[in-house]
Amino acid sequence: MDKTTQQSPYILEMKDITKEFPGVKALDKVNFRVKRGEIHCLVGENGAGKSTLMKVLSGVWPHGSYSGDILLNGSVQTFYHTQDSEKAGIAIIYQELALIPELSVYENIFLGHEIHKRGLVDWNETIIKSGELLERVRLKVNPEVKVKELGVGKQQLVEIAKAFSKNIDLLILDEPTAALNDDDSENLMMLLKELKAEGITSIMISHKLREVIKIADTVTVIRDGQTICSLDAAAGEVTEQALIRNMVGRAIHDIFPKRAPKERGEVVLEVKNWNAYDPAAGRSILKEMNLKVHKGEVVGVAGLIGAGRTELAYSLFGNPRHYQISGQLFMYGQAVTFRQPREAIQAGLAYVTEDRKREGLILIQDVKNNLSLANLKKLSRRGVVNENDEINTAVQYKNALTIKTPSLEQTIGNLSGGNQQKVSIGKWLFTEPKILILDEPTRGIDVGAKYEIYTIMNKLIDQGLSIIMISSELPEVLSMSDRIYVVSEGRITGEVNAAEATQDKIMELATM
Amino acid sequence: MNFFNELKTILKKNIRTYGMFIALFVIMFTFSLLTNGVFMSPRNISNLINSMGYIAVLAVGMTLVIVIRHIDLSVGFLAGFLGAVAAILITRTNLPLPLVIVAVLLLGGLVGLVNGILVARLNIPAFVVGLAGMMIFRGALLQVTSRTGTIIVPSRQFNAIGNGFIPDINILPGYHFVTLLVGALAIAAFVLMEIRNRNTKIRYNFEIPSLPIFVAKLLFISFLIGYVTRILAMYNGLSWTVVIVLIVVTIYHFITNRTVLGRYIYAVGGNPEAAALSGIDVNKITYFVFASMSMLAALSGILYTSRLQSATTTAGTLFELDAIAAAYVGGVSAAGGVGKVTGSIIGALVMASLTSGMNLMGVGISYQYMIRGGILVIAVIFDVMTRNRFAGGH
Repeated sequence: MDKTTQQSPYILEMKDITKEFPGVKALDKVNFRVKRGEIHCLVGENGAGKSTLMKVLSGVWPHGSYSGDILLNGSVQTFYHTQDSEKAGIAIIYQELALIPELSVYENIFLGHEIHKRGLVDWNETIIKSGELLERVRLKVNPEVKVKELGVGKQQLVEIAKAFSKNIDLLILDEPTAALNDDDSENLMMLLKELKAEGITSIMISHKLREVIKIADTVTVIRDGQTICSLDAAAGEVTEQALIRNMVGRAIHDIFPKRAPKERGEVVLEVKNWNAYDPAAGRSILKEMNLKVHKGEVVGVAGLIGAGRTELAYSLFGNPRHYQISGQLFMYGQAVTFRQPREAIQAGLAYVTEDRKREGLILIQDVKNNLSLANLKKLSRRGVVNENDEINTAVQYKNALTIKTPSLEQTIGNLSGGNQQKVSIGKWLFTEPKILILDEPTRGIDVGAKYEIYTIMNKLIDQGLSIIMISSELPEVLSMSDRIYVVSEGRITGEVNAAEATQDKIMELATM
Repeated sequence: MNFFNELKTILKKNIRTYGMFIALFVIMFTFSLLTNGVFMSPRNISNLINSMGYIAVLAVGMTLVIVIRHIDLSVGFLAGFLGAVAAILITRTNLPLPLVIVAVLLLGGLVGLVNGILVARLNIPAFVVGLAGMMIFRGALLQVTSRTGTIIVPSRQFNAIGNGFIPDINILPGYHFVTLLVGALAIAAFVLMEIRNRNTKIRYNFEIPSLPIFVAKLLFISFLIGYVTRILAMYNGLSWTVVIVLIVVTIYHFITNRTVLGRYIYAVGGNPEAAALSGIDVNKITYFVFASMSMLAALSGILYTSRLQSATTTAGTLFELDAIAAAYVGGVSAAGGVGKVTGSIIGALVMASLTSGMNLMGVGISYQYMIRGGILVIAVIFDVMTRNRFAGGH
């Protein structure tokens, strides 16, 4: 940390950064300044330009492909590769972790800059150094275990240890807590504060405003590719209201729209003594589960990551992962078994997956094709797709769900996360389901889009659908559900009425 | 001025589609210059097109295999083997020719089904299945030809498939009239379909190119079809091989663009997990694609045997690689989910033009292989580069 002797109070200054893509100005004269030794949060809706800004900083978009200046410790930098920015002491940890699951922790930490003597890797030294780095990020694991055996939270810490192995003084985290549960998130926040005390400057991109409020010294808000404001926590400027107002450009008073109370209807889905064994992982994942879903209610499924919530959804939805299942599933009082997702779909079940990019959408195809895929048969006669009907249907869902896209022929990978999620939901609504399973329905999408998704959910409930909502965001579970099941280690450890539920109570059940 | 600006943007936006046409144009033009016009002579063009028939049908099937992220290396020797089977059935049995052809095609489909089951149900990498098939069918080909060596096929009807031309009524001296008629019908059908598509798009407020651009495109493609038709009509007219290839391409073009099955194939290629969760039976799609591939290999074997009028012990050698190369040159992406059968046909045409042109120029076979390899790499580099450019942004 000998660089601290230099003059400028800013470790990083990005001046008038403009970056254009064909047809789009992603960044428009963005100014971004980070003081040395602070925790600086960068917030904004999806598509606002946060990630692009970080890609400019890290050299993913090389010098010359944008206009404006990057100053590090007061001197102008020209990064052509990510290696250049790493050399200058900047490390970025992306949302999608870049670890290799089959390699050990120490191999991952020193991947790409192995410690070697006369051309041979010195593994002993590597292991010792890895141990020291793990200590620095407060992770107590044996460096020799494989990364795939660690949970997401620990993997994140390994990533940070990896960053520290490269001698950095500016750490950038892109939505580090998106995939973490509350405990792991808490740990990470603690770690960032401790690192701050050691003189490490951090920039954190986050959608979780509570976290931002808790940890940030300064918050910069970006909207539509422009810097909107920089808020100072010490001056009391960082409040939820202020953040939302600046991010969205208008005030949203209630993040969770109210739903008219409804009489609880008949039981539409019931699971009895439901067990599942995953032969691929070689372990039992669901144990003696019992649950009921009534017509017109939102059933929340809460729990920690890895508790078995997504596995439950898979096991109900035609079991595409080939678990060995025992137990009974009833729909409208009838015992049913689904051997394939198709059978579940036909019975009126729909599943909006947790990871829309990997399991939900076909990113290289357009909006129209994605919307129609799950019920293409309805739009076709003798195997030939009626494109007119298809376009009409797509238009209908685009309007009903207010999907913002330049055209139905737009490749879906180019839409923002919120709009992608709306397409995922639209795709399943087109199968005319009776029960909709939403797995982390608002993960990685911004406040405005979240509100819209909640509104859509409420509308569906009014139309008589039932929703099973799996979510790791407790406020969301508490506000949107009528009833909540808490899952822990493959078991349902509790059932709570939303009216009586509290965060503490759910956390207690989730860690039973 | 506006016209050219729009043309420029459209070309830029669709560089991947038009790139191949441009490459084909450049190659044809270059060879035409280098050979003092011999390359574009009716006789050479007719030969070129007829001699690529058996690769073209393989390239069509391979397109779908690559789209669903697999590969099939067995098709070359499978074509050779099934070609020999056809020859044997013709020479040693009294089965009527149509029945022989149908039997061989079905046999091909059956082999493909087995391949598909190995790949999809038993999760064996397609590369390994193909490699095993390659060895097995090479052995099978040697086995069935072991006693006789090359099997000469005496059937004139059968040999017409690879060497014959559609009949003509002698109205226009110097031209093959029926071919001209077919060409004219093709142009008319093309123009009508384009106008219909455009009207649909207008009705749904989709983005469409301006009228001058649209007319220019119609004129250009019509001119191309007309030009090729005229060249062919100045020689012997349309060959049965070309007719068969056109039928195959039309069927596959229809399947891939208009049917549920086609959508499912591209969905599986684009994201197998999402496709499975959307209720698509990924295994079934894989069976179909592999069965169709091997059936086309059977067709390829028939075309080749017929063209040589005999089944040889080495028939089918490296066909699979030519087909794969044609697909890649034609814009099929190794990452899956992307590629058109029409593109692969253009790819096959590019590769065949290179061979033909270099033969005319007397380029040694050693250089020919190296140059074709180079073109393949360039085509894929082009593909990757244009892809990255548009993947930019978020």
